[in-house]
Parts: sequence; C-alpha cells; structure tokens
Amino acid sequence: MSVVTVQLGQCGNQIGYEVFDTMCRDLHNTQGFCSKRENEIYQASCKEHFFNEDKSEVPVARALLIDMEPKVISQTLLKAAHSGRWKYGQHSHFCQRQGSGNNWAYGYSVHGPKHEESIMNLIQREVEEYDSLSGFSIIMSMAGGTGSGLGAFLTQNLRDAYPNSFIMNQVIWPYGTGEVIVQNYNSVLTLSHLYRSSDALLVHENDVVHKICAKLMNIKQISFRDVNQVIAHQLGSVFQPTYSSEDSFQYRRNPLGGFKDPALYTSWLQPSDAFCEWRTHRAFNKYEKSAALVSNSQFLLKPLDTIVGKAWNMFASKAYVHQYTKFGIEEEDFLDSFTVLEQIVASYCNL
Amino acid sequence: MAQSVVVQVGQCGNQIGCCFWDLALREHASVNKKGIYDDALKNFFRNVDTRGTGISKGRICSLKARAVLIDMEEGVVNEILQGPLKDVFDSKQLITNVSGSGNNWAVGYKVFGSQYRDQIVEKLRQTAEHCDCLQCFFLIHSMGGGTGSGLGTFILNVLEDEFPEVYRFVTSVFPSGEDDVITSPYNSVLAMKELNEHADCVLPIENESLFDIVSKINQMINSGKPGTTVKQQSLVTLNEGGIKKKLDEKPFDKMNNIVANLLLNLTSSSRFEGSLNMDLNEISMNLVPFPQLHYLVSSLTPLYTLADVNIPPRRLDQMFSDAFSKDYQLIQADPKHSLYLACALLVRGNVQISDIRRNIERLKSSLHFVSWNQEGWKTSLCSVPPVGHSHSLLALANNTCVKPTFMELKNRFLRLYKKKAHLHHYLQVDRMEDSCFTEAVSSLSSLIEKYNELDVTKGLPIHEQVRLNIVI
Repeated sequence: MSVVTVQLGQCGNQIGYEVFDTMCRDLHNTQGFCSKRENEIYQASCKEHFFNEDKSEVPVARALLIDMEPKVISQTLLKAAHSGRWKYGQHSHFCQRQGSGNNWAYGYSVHGPKHEESIMNLIQREVEEYDSLSGFSIIMSMAGGTGSGLGAFLTQNLRDAYPNSFIMNQVIWPYGTGEVIVQNYNSVLTLSHLYRSSDALLVHENDVVHKICAKLMNIKQISFRDVNQVIAHQLGSVFQPTYSSEDSFQYRRNPLGGFKDPALYTSWLQPSDAFCEWRTHRAFNKYEKSAALVSNSQFLLKPLDTIVGKAWNMFASKAYVHQYTKFGIEEEDFLDSFTVLEQIVASYCNL
Repeated sequence: MAQSVVVQVGQCGNQIGCCFWDLALREHASVNKKGIYDDALKNFFRNVDTRGTGISKGRICSLKARAVLIDMEEGVVNEILQGPLKDVFDSKQLITNVSGSGNNWAVGYKVFGSQYRDQIVEKLRQTAEHCDCLQCFFLIHSMGGGTGSGLGTFILNVLEDEFPEVYRFVTSVFPSGEDDVITSPYNSVLAMKELNEHADCVLPIENESLFDIVSKINQMINSGKPGTTVKQQSLVTLNEGGIKKKLDEKPFDKMNNIVANLLLNLTSSSRFEGSLNMDLNEISMNLVPFPQLHYLVSSLTPLYTLADVNIPPRRLDQMFSDAFSKDYQLIQADPKHSLYLACALLVRGNVQISDIRRNIERLKSSLHFVSWNQEGWKTSLCSVPPVGHSHSLLALANNTCVKPTFMELKNRFLRLYKKKAHLHHYLQVDRMEDSCFTEAVSSLSSLIEKYNELDVTKGLPIHEQVRLNIVI
C-alpha cells in the first residue's frame, strides 16, 4: 500500500524534501525505544509506504516534484542526493522555465491545461510501479500561483483519473501578513476548487508553526527551514504506519487509509465514535513519546473566516482583479468561490 | 530559467545601462567561482564561442549582454565600445545616428521612430531569438530629453506590439525643477502618456535624490570620525575594479551606479536561489492593483558597509527602518504621509522570515495602507547578498506620494504651454499636432485624479464590506 506524494511549487517542494528527510532519518534511528524486532517491522513498513528500492540500495522517495520554474527543484534534487541517505527518482520531476507569478489564474488556466498531459503521464508512470495505491498526498501552498492554481487543477484531474483513490491535500496556510499581497484571492480560489475534488485537506498554518518555533522550540532567528521542519515532523508522525486494531503485531492500517475511517467523521452523531486512536510502540524521530492529533473541528473557522473577509473587502474594490481576468478567471468565478466558502463557514458555524 | 533583455535609449539610458552591465559582471564574478555558465548568468548574458555562436552550457567562453543600445548621437555608445566593456556588447545590437534629437520628444518619437522602426524591430527580434524563454524587457531612459524620452517611448510601443506577452519594466529618470533643458516638461509629459498606456511597471528616478545619496556617502567617507572607514567594495556608488582614478570618473557615474544597483537587486531573486523566491512577473502581480497605477517608489539600503570589524554590524532592524526613510529613496516623495496601495520588500543575504515579520509589525503602525489592502506586503528572500554586504533590502512602494511629483510636472508643463513657448519646434515636426499635447496633459490629469480618489479615503474609518448571506 503506497502513498504517492506530489510536491507542488516552491513551498510544496521545500516541505516535501523535509518530510522525506525526516522519515529517512527516523527510519535509520536505532533508538526506537522498543524491541529490535519491532523496530525492524516498523522500518520495513515505513519504507514500503514511502520509498522505493533501486539497484544502488539508496531509498528512492515515492514523490513527484512539479514546479513551473527550475530553481527550487534543482536545489531540492541536489540536497537529497548530497545527503547520501536517500534520493529522488531520476525522472520524477517536471518543471518549466517561467513561474506562475503568484497568479492563481495563470497556474489554473494557463499552466494547467498546457502541461496536463505531461504531468498526468508522469503520475501514471509512477502509479504503475505499485501493486496497490493507497492514495495521493499533495503538498501545496495556497498563497502563490503554482501550488495553489496548478494544485487545484491537478487535484481535479487526479479525481477524474483515479476516482477510487484517496486524495489528501497538505495545504499550507500563509502568514496573516507579509507573504503575498494577493494571497487571500489565491486562497479563496484554491479552497473552493479543492473542496470539490479532494477527500481531505490537512491544513498547516504558518502563523501557528511560527509560534511553535518561537515559544516551544525557542528558536531565535526563525527561518523557513525551521518552519518546514516542524511541518515535516507533524506530517511524518501523522503518516506513520500504525497497528490496526485487530492484530496487535502487524502494521496494517496504512496512513492515508486511516483517514477513510468513518469514525473520524461522525463527530456530530456519537461522541464515543468521534475519537479514534492508533498506537505505535516504536518511537518517532527520537522523541521517547509523541502524539499527533488530527482533528476536524471549528478550529479553522476563524482563520477561514478571516481570509474570506479580507478577500471580499479587496474584491469589493476590484483591486487586482484585472490580473486574473487577463487569464480567464472572471468576476463570476470569484463570486462562485466566495459562495462555496461562505457555505462552508456557515456549516461549521452551525455545528 | 527565464531571460531579460535591457533596452538602453539615449545618453542617460546608455550611461546607466553601461554601469548596470559593469556591476552585473562584478556580481556574478563574485558568486560564480567555477566559471561555469549557469542559469543565473543566463538571465542577462549569452555565452558565445570565438565564432559568436551561442553555447548553452559548460565553461564560460565569452559573455555577451542581452542588450540593445540605441542613441541618436554617437558619443556615449562609442565610448562604451572603446571602454573596458567593449567585448560585452554585440556590435549587431546597436543603433546610432549622428544628429541627435535636439531635446525634442517629437523628433525622437515621430521622426526617428518611423525612420528606425524596422531596424529596431529586427534588432529586438534577434536578441529575443537568443532567449529560450524571454520574460521581461528593461527599458532605461530619461524623460526630459529627446532621444530617451521620444524614441524611448516609441520603442515601448513597439515592444508592446511585437512582444505583447513579455513584461515591460521601465526605469525613467525624471527631470528636476532646475533642469537645464527648458523644454523638459513638454518632453516628460508627452512621454508620460506613453508610460501610462504601455508600461507594465515604472520605476521613476530623480537626479536630486541620487545626488543627495552621493553627498551623504561623501560626508560619511570624509567625516574622519573613528570607525567610519567604509569597505570600498560595498559602496552603492562604485564601479568594478575598485576605486576609479579621479581622471576617469565621470560626474554622473556615482549616481548611475545607484540605479544600476536598483536593477540588480530587483532581479536578484529571479537569478539566485532563496527560501522565498520572487520572479519579475510577481512584482507586477502584487504591486499593480489597477493597470494605470504602476509607478513604484524605490529605496535601497544599505548604501555602504563599514570596514572596521570591531564595530558591530548595524542592527538588521536599522536596515528596515532606513528603507522607509526619505534619505534612501530614489525619488523626492513622502510615502509615510501618503497612502500605500502595496509594498514589496526584496531582501538579500543572511536574513530570515522572522526578521522580516518582526520589522513589518514594527513599521506598519507608522504607515497608512489603503482600506482594502491593510496587510499589503509582499516579501522575498534571496540567499545571495550583493557584493561587499552581508544583507540588503530593496523596498518598492506603490504609494500616492507620487502624485505631488506628477502635479509639479503638470504645472511646469502648463506654465510653458500657456505661453506657447517653444511649441513651434514641436509642431513643425511631421505628424505632430496640438492634440498630442492636449491628450498628453489629459492623460496625466486623469492619472493624478485616480491617485486623488484614493487619497481621500486615507484616514477614513474602515468598515467591513457586507458579506454574502448564505441560506443553508
């Protein structure tokens, strides 16, 4: 049961690298705080989910790197290769020469259709390698142009091409201030489109992670690398192979499949079914004990509402709209997106 | 990686352009130790062998600037071709004449424009064909004269017609009030109509500001205060090869180098890697909320680095404060008391996201942002600092503070126009009519009015727009 990770745009690729790096380090950790046998079973399971073996015996990440300009992918491939512990596949990337310019419309309406065939072929080739595909994990930011726009387009395409696969998007929520000026437009357009095709959106908020770095980890000069490593650790611990409830000595439950579990989503029916717990005896990332909580709650209501509010305010003045209509996203498309998100906000409010 | 082409027009345009190429080579030389023709170099330079054929990879053989040099006098271009940079320019990428434009926009635009259109298109096409992905044209010119102003803006039109998908960034040197060219207001206003309609982004520059910066640096160097020895390499006013002999130094060189540094910093994040890249198309996307409001106020900091290692490096935060001080701006304007539509911070070197966030938090309370863009900040982080510095910051602001500059320009224009002073020099040019003048001033008035409409919203209480009401 394997997971195909798709790393999109600068953010997706930078974080994706940290995720695989973290998992690889954890794999080789001898300090599992458990028995040797358990360690071996865990390692085998983890490797199977996220890495391929090739002739050189260096694990090859099950990932596809996609970006519309080459700098970040070159850096990412190099860093992985230099680590010596793991690497990306030789033919696992796709890039172009000119980025999406922080323009969702450009990512969705221009890059998307133009490179649809090449990208879907790349994904198909990867998927064909595996006996069973448990699903896709797409890492993307909402604020920019490629991760957001091309990400939305690609998720739609994946849904059409693989209707029975599980698709999960790792969505990076931008800082409230100081990243991209049109980030609220890009976010609104991304979320409203992802909602129609994705099975689950796992959200990582830059502001929250930044606070973790500052307050909990006491880092003085926080870099994007620090932020990305925290996100990677969170993702890694969520995707760990875990015991299935039936058989306590076999790692059955695969990471993405776990999210399909209906128990996760019946939070308004039975409180006893609302919480699902999986255990692993083997420690993760050198922490003696750790826990990861994934929740679907009203937690995200405020950030979502804030983004919709700011985007709406800007839209009322029509600022920047010409940059989107230039590439085929009209005012009606904006209004549709706002409508979808207001419905979501209202639904969460009514819980 | 995408490429950019520099089109330098007129005396001023070519002098600044020459400084730019000089500094670009110096910057790449300090980063590119192995002499490999890499993607960063590819942005502005071709690599050719002894026969002039392009080499796309491998060792650097001979670098050629992606540039087109145009002047209706020969002096400046000839000097460039005889100087230390002569091998950097392809002789096929030049267009010169001998007679000059007589400080007359109409001669530059109407006469030379039509005379040289085909040649211009041909040279541009050749340069474009050497690029596998052309992203942006940088036009460098002055507004007050005849060639840079007239022919320069004619070329802007040609760029839009022939290469509509390629961005057009214009660096325009505006004349000061005491400009010795009497007709500079006419030339500038006529040129501004073209900038309004055909440029994607304009970076206005005023000589007065450049002069002030040069004075400030001279004061610093000559102050004799202990610990104020400056690292020569780091001066924002400096050329390649260290200190130039006094004899060789031209009066405008120092000022031109500041503008050259502006262009280098603007393109640093698209050439070099970093944790938050910013390409040129992102500048336009984030800083231009409405098509005509594309004039950006730039400020560059630091201007120099102190050489004395015993003095602790200037606090990082000081760099951010400086960028918002009038002393570091390249035009005379007051953004702090006007309205920001958007602001971009292009950071280079050893700076992290937490430093940027801390400073934005600190500075934003003293700045006024338009109601629909209260958090209108765009940031980029490039890992490679400029030569001689550990970090630097270029701030680009789309701010209504340009309005007084434009109003002053309009007033100077009207003072001349009402008396019909020197008008005959223009009207006697073929296809130049009075309507050209009236349309130009009308375009400028309408631009000023747009800034006015935004200005009146400053300080008004902000109310949230009523949201969509959804029935579940």
